[in-house]
Amino acid sequence: MSGPLSGNEAVAYAMKQINPDVMGAFPITPSTEIPEYFAQFVADGEVNTEYVVVESEHSSMSVCIAAQAAGARAVCATSSCGLALMYELLYVAASSRLPITLACVNRALSGPININHDYSDSMGARDSGWIQIYAENNQEAYDNFIMAMPIGETPEIRLPVMACMDGFITSHAVENIDLLETDVVREFVGEYDPEHYLLKKENPLAVGPYDLSPFYMEHKVLEAEAMKAAKARILEVAAEFEKISGRHYGLFEEYRMEDAELALVLMGSTAGTAKAAVDKLREDGVKAGLIKVRVFRPFPGEELARALAATKAVAVMDKSEGFSANGGPLFAETRSALYDLKNRPYLIDIVYGLGGRDITVQGFETIFARLAQITATGETGPVYVHMGQRSKED
Amino acid sequence: MASNDMVEIRWHGRGGQGAKMACMLLADVAGLQGKFVQGFPEYGPERMGAPITAFNRISEKRCNIHSFIYEPDYVAVVDETLLDSIDVTAGLKADGSIIINTPVAPEEMRPRLRGWTGKICTIDARRISEEILGSNRPNTPMLAAVVKVSGVLETERFLTDIEESFKHKFANKPQLIEGNMTTLKKSIEEVQVG
Amino acid sequence: MIHAKDINERTPWQELTPGGEIYEPGTARLFNTGTWRTDTPVFHEEACKHCMLCIPFCPDSAIPVKDGKRLDFDYMHCKGCGICKEVCPFPAITMVSGGEAR
Repeated sequence: MSGPLSGNEAVAYAMKQINPDVMGAFPITPSTEIPEYFAQFVADGEVNTEYVVVESEHSSMSVCIAAQAAGARAVCATSSCGLALMYELLYVAASSRLPITLACVNRALSGPININHDYSDSMGARDSGWIQIYAENNQEAYDNFIMAMPIGETPEIRLPVMACMDGFITSHAVENIDLLETDVVREFVGEYDPEHYLLKKENPLAVGPYDLSPFYMEHKVLEAEAMKAAKARILEVAAEFEKISGRHYGLFEEYRMEDAELALVLMGSTAGTAKAAVDKLREDGVKAGLIKVRVFRPFPGEELARALAATKAVAVMDKSEGFSANGGPLFAETRSALYDLKNRPYLIDIVYGLGGRDITVQGFETIFARLAQITATGETGPVYVHMGQRSKED
Repeated sequence: MASNDMVEIRWHGRGGQGAKMACMLLADVAGLQGKFVQGFPEYGPERMGAPITAFNRISEKRCNIHSFIYEPDYVAVVDETLLDSIDVTAGLKADGSIIINTPVAPEEMRPRLRGWTGKICTIDARRISEEILGSNRPNTPMLAAVVKVSGVLETERFLTDIEESFKHKFANKPQLIEGNMTTLKKSIEEVQVG
Repeated sequence: MIHAKDINERTPWQELTPGGEIYEPGTARLFNTGTWRTDTPVFHEEACKHCMLCIPFCPDSAIPVKDGKRLDFDYMHCKGCGICKEVCPFPAITMVSGGEAR
C-alpha cells in the first residue's frame, strides 16, 4: 500500500496499525494532528485503545507511566513546550524502566515563542534516559515508530523511546510513503508481555519506590547498561524490519562516505537537502559525504569515529543552540567521539535552522567550500559559528 | 535548485482560503498517479487572513530536498490582494508562469507584477466558486488552473483521480463532490493563458 | 525473580531489580525499625480491656491482634513513640527508658 501522507498522518497510521492499549492525549502544535487522527480511529472503532484526554502534558505522560506500569502499552505525542512540561515524568518513565513510545514532533522550545522546527525540545531531554531516534522524512517517521516498541520493550532494555520527526517540515508535508500491511506490523511489533506489572494479581508489584543512596547509584548503573545494550538491539530490530520492509536502517546513515574527505554530521530532514549538495559536489569531483545521525540516544560514538576516521574536515550541523558557549549538543558528542582517533579530522560546529530558519542546497555548498579551505590551509578558523542569521557583516 | 525533470510550484494565499489544502490535494493526486511528490506549508502567524506560503515538488524521481522553494516553475496566487504586499514573482523562472485569481485579463495584471516579463495566467476563481459552490472558495478553481497551466498532470486523468480523492475526503458530505468537480472543470475551461 | 529479602546494602548492581521494582507486597515487614527505639512501651495484660483504641493509633502497625485480643508489642517494628500509652484509657501501657524490649 502506498500513497502520499504527511508525517503526522503516517505516525497516527502506525499507531492505528499497532493498536496500543492506552494513549495519553493532549494537543500541541505541530504534533496535534497525531491525537486528532487517532481520536478518529478510536471513534470509528478501528482500534480499541483507551484514549485518555487530559489537561496537560504532565498528565498525558503520567497516564502513560501509570498505564505502562499496569501492564499496558502506552503511546503519546507532543512537541516543544509540551515536552518541557513532561520533563519530570520523562525521567520517571525512564528510571522506572517503562517502555512508553512517544512521537516527538520537534519544534523550537520557547522563547521567544515559535512553532517551527529545531531540536531544542528533544535535545533538552537528551539526558532523561529515553532512547531517541530521529527521522529524515515521513517514511522514516513511520518506520521508526514501528521499530520503537520492539526496541524499548526488550526485557534487557526496558527504556522508553522518543521517535522524533521534524515539525512542519516532516509532520505537515505530504510525501510518498510505503505503508506496511497491518497484520505484518502487528506481527512485527507483537504483544507487550512484561514479566512484572501492577495488574498481575499473582505477583503484586511496587513501582518507583523511594531509593536511598545505598541503592540509587546501582539502579542508575542498571539504567546506563540498558542504554548501552540498546545499541545492539536497535540494529537487531532494524535488521528484522528490513526483512518486512526492504528498508535498511543503522545507527546512522552514511551517504557517499566511502572515500569522503569533507563530511557533514547532521540530523533529520536537513539531510535530504544536504545529500543534494553532496551529489552536486561529487559531480564536480569533490570528495564530499555526510553522516545522518539517526540514533542520538544511545549515541553511536565509536561507530561514528570509525566512519569519520578517514575524513580530513568535518562540519557538525547543530539544529539547536545548547548555550554551552562551546558548540551545540551534536558537536559536543561528535567531538568527544573523535578524541580517541589517532588522526582526527578538522572539526567545526555550525548552528543553523533555529526556529524554522531554512537552509538550502546552496547553503551546504558554502559549508563544503569552507571545509575545502580548512583542508587546504590547515587553519580551522572559528570552530563554533551560527549560520543563516542576518548580520551587519553580510 | 530543481533538476530539469522536477516541477516546483509556490502557492501564495491567506490563512483560511485553502491554499495549503489545494497544495496538499495536488500532491495527493500526483502521488496517486505514481509521481514523487512533496506538498508542504510555511506557516507564519496561524491566523485567518495572514499570508501563507505552500510548496509543491513533483517529479519522476524521489526528491530528498527539504528546503523551501526559491526558484519555482509556477507561482499560484490565490488572493490578488497579496500582490501589493508580497513579491510573488521573486525567483520565478523566466520561462515559468504565474497564475492569479482575478477577474481581469492576464495583460492587465502585468503592471502589478514588479517587472515580471514572463507568462501570466488568470482565473476568476472567486466568481466560479461563488456561482457553483455558493461561497468564495477559490482554492478548488485555482488547483484546476494550476494543473492546466503547468501540465504537471494530464487534465482528464487529474479529474478522474481527484474525484476518487473527493469521494474519500467527502465521504460524509457526498453533496460536495459534484459541485467541486463542476468547479474544477469550469476552471479548466476558463483559465486565460496570457 | 529477585526477592526483597535477598537485597541489602551489599548487593551488587547486577543483582538489583530494574527501576528498584519490588515484586512482592508488605516488604516493610522485613525492615527492623525496632532498633530506632529510645523509649519502650510495656504491655500489662492484666489491666487491658482489649478496647482496641491503641491499634489504629499505632503509626507502625506494631500491635498485633488475634481473635479479638491484642497481643504483646511487635518490638521489631515498634519505634517507641508512646502514642499507645497516651491513648490507652487504662493503665495497660507504660513507657520505660531505653530501647531494650522487656
